[in-house]
Amino acid sequence: MAEIMLELRSVSKTFNPGTVNEKKAIDRVSLNVRRGDFITIIGGNGAGKSTLINAITGVFQIDEGEIILDGADITGLPEHKRAKHFGRVFQDPMLGTAPNMAIEENLALAYRRGKRHSLRWGITSRERAFYREQLRQLELGLEERMTQKVGLLSGGQRQALTLLMATLIRPDVLLLDEHTAALDPKTAEKVLKITEELVRKDNLTTLMVTHNMKNAIEYGNRLIMMNDGRIILDIDGEEKKKLTVEMLLEKFSRVSGSEFTSDRALLS
Amino acid sequence: MLDTLLAGVCQGLIWAVLALGVYISFRILDFADLTCEGCITLGASISALLIWKELNPFLSVLVAFLAGSIAGTVTGLLNTKLKIPPILSGILTMISLYSINIHIMSLATGTGGTANLSLLTFRGNTAYAQVASLLGLGRVYSSLIFGVVVVLAVSGVLYWFFGTELGCAIRATGANATMCRSQGINTDLTKLCGLALSNGLIATSGALLCQYQNYADVNMGVGSIIIGLASIIIGETLFMKFQNFYMKLTGVILGAVIYRVVVAFVIYSGMPSTDLKIMTAGIVTVALALPTIQKSIASSRLFKKARRRENGRREGGGENG
Ligand SMILES: Nc1ncnc2c1ncn2[C@@H]1O[C@H](COP(=O)(O)OP(=O)(O)O)[C@@H](O)[C@H]1O
Ligand SMILES: [Mg+2]
Repeated sequence: MAEIMLELRSVSKTFNPGTVNEKKAIDRVSLNVRRGDFITIIGGNGAGKSTLINAITGVFQIDEGEIILDGADITGLPEHKRAKHFGRVFQDPMLGTAPNMAIEENLALAYRRGKRHSLRWGITSRERAFYREQLRQLELGLEERMTQKVGLLSGGQRQALTLLMATLIRPDVLLLDEHTAALDPKTAEKVLKITEELVRKDNLTTLMVTHNMKNAIEYGNRLIMMNDGRIILDIDGEEKKKLTVEMLLEKFSRVSGSEFTSDRALLS
Repeated sequence: MLDTLLAGVCQGLIWAVLALGVYISFRILDFADLTCEGCITLGASISALLIWKELNPFLSVLVAFLAGSIAGTVTGLLNTKLKIPPILSGILTMISLYSINIHIMSLATGTGGTANLSLLTFRGNTAYAQVASLLGLGRVYSSLIFGVVVVLAVSGVLYWFFGTELGCAIRATGANATMCRSQGINTDLTKLCGLALSNGLIATSGALLCQYQNYADVNMGVGSIIIGLASIIIGETLFMKFQNFYMKLTGVILGAVIYRVVVAFVIYSGMPSTDLKIMTAGIVTVALALPTIQKSIASSRLFKKARRRENGRREGGGENG
């Protein structure tokens, strides 16, 4: 049981190298995530937040650096082989679930995350009872709709379901990439509340990208700000607890030498 | 009349196996796989060759299934490993199969370039002939019973398979590959499995077709993908209300049977059989275009409504001004 759950050592990724569209999306990023850390990540559009999450989960291979998970080097592992360690929720509610399959079938897939897919039956009745119990905790009434297709659910319901799927078997790290950005404010708040409950219940190590500064300050024990492919702020512990939006803006302009102009949405 | 109907049903049951295969690639995997056209001939020529070599005809169907799976796997590898788009991957395999099928048929005759094989000398040794003599029934009824048994077996196995962990993973791959990878599913592998199964069934259908009509021809696959799609669309239209997987499979099967019965009657009524392909293409085009047509009708209605409102407002504004 290493104290450090996830370690990034000078990780870089350039998209479309050697073309006019060349873009260094993350640039020598190093980060130590301690076991049980709940880190919020903010930064303007194109700062490299999603790229960082995708590098960790192995959506693409990184150009340089190492990714160490719980003491093991996972840098070269393909995405599907790392999946058992990570729970993921995407910004787009469409991406986290299979719309043509029933709620319970989606959960059954998540329950088998990282296991071999055999010719045994895809879902057992014992599991169903477990899923019903888990769905009840979301307080969305989904436990009564387990055989319905996920395609019938609203964006918020889907994100809540995806959250449940991400945590159904305990992930080493939970990765949330602006998972409330596509939702209306009220639903977003509800999904955030569910998020916090799930994280707290199992004391999950969590990285949560958000476009909302208030949320970034309110949630978690540590805050990271990214700009232009780099981590420019890492605020931890007591300092994080006392943080306000004004302080954050002031820190940003001091570190980056510019005003925080990229988008007003960050303040909302 | 009755003969025409029954012959149509017999053929429909054979094409149903193909339609189920096409359903797996096009609908479940969302992979527009054109391997089909070469694969049905592959099944037919392998089956014909093995019957020429006096092998058990039922065993020849099994070998055809395996050969079809290999063809499907090749298409899958072209797509997943070499990143060639699905349609091109299928076409590449299909074109290669054309040469391969001629080689296979040439193995039977011993002369190169054989483009068709007749089973007339071996017609006592086809699966259909053996079932007929086993049941002691006439050709038509025994073919019907054999066809029903085959289709029930195939759809039963599919229903079971797509309920298993692997089957669920394949279904999810077609619907949302991003989610699958994040759930630890090797989507390259699930695609390969799906394509192997799909093309295995298509080759099986080819083997049965060849034994039913007593010949294999290198061009017999032309247009088969469209026939498969037509069957699927007919089935989906009839069974629109049903979400259950078993009903969807049933829809595909009935779609194929209905299609073949209609074709049988069209031929019976004197239309030249060479015109069938354009007729099928027409049906499929209309079916595929239907949602677009409905949408454009709806939007032109909206547009007219908006314009009327706009005109009304302008007139109203004039009064005020
Ligand atoms: N797959 C990709 N191909 C090319 N460029 C990409 C890709 N993904 C991200 N980028 C670029 O990398 C930069 C960082 O993107 P991203 O990590 O998505 O930012 P954000 O912080 O908004 O999540 C952006 O300039 C984006 O256009
Ligand atoms: Mg992003």
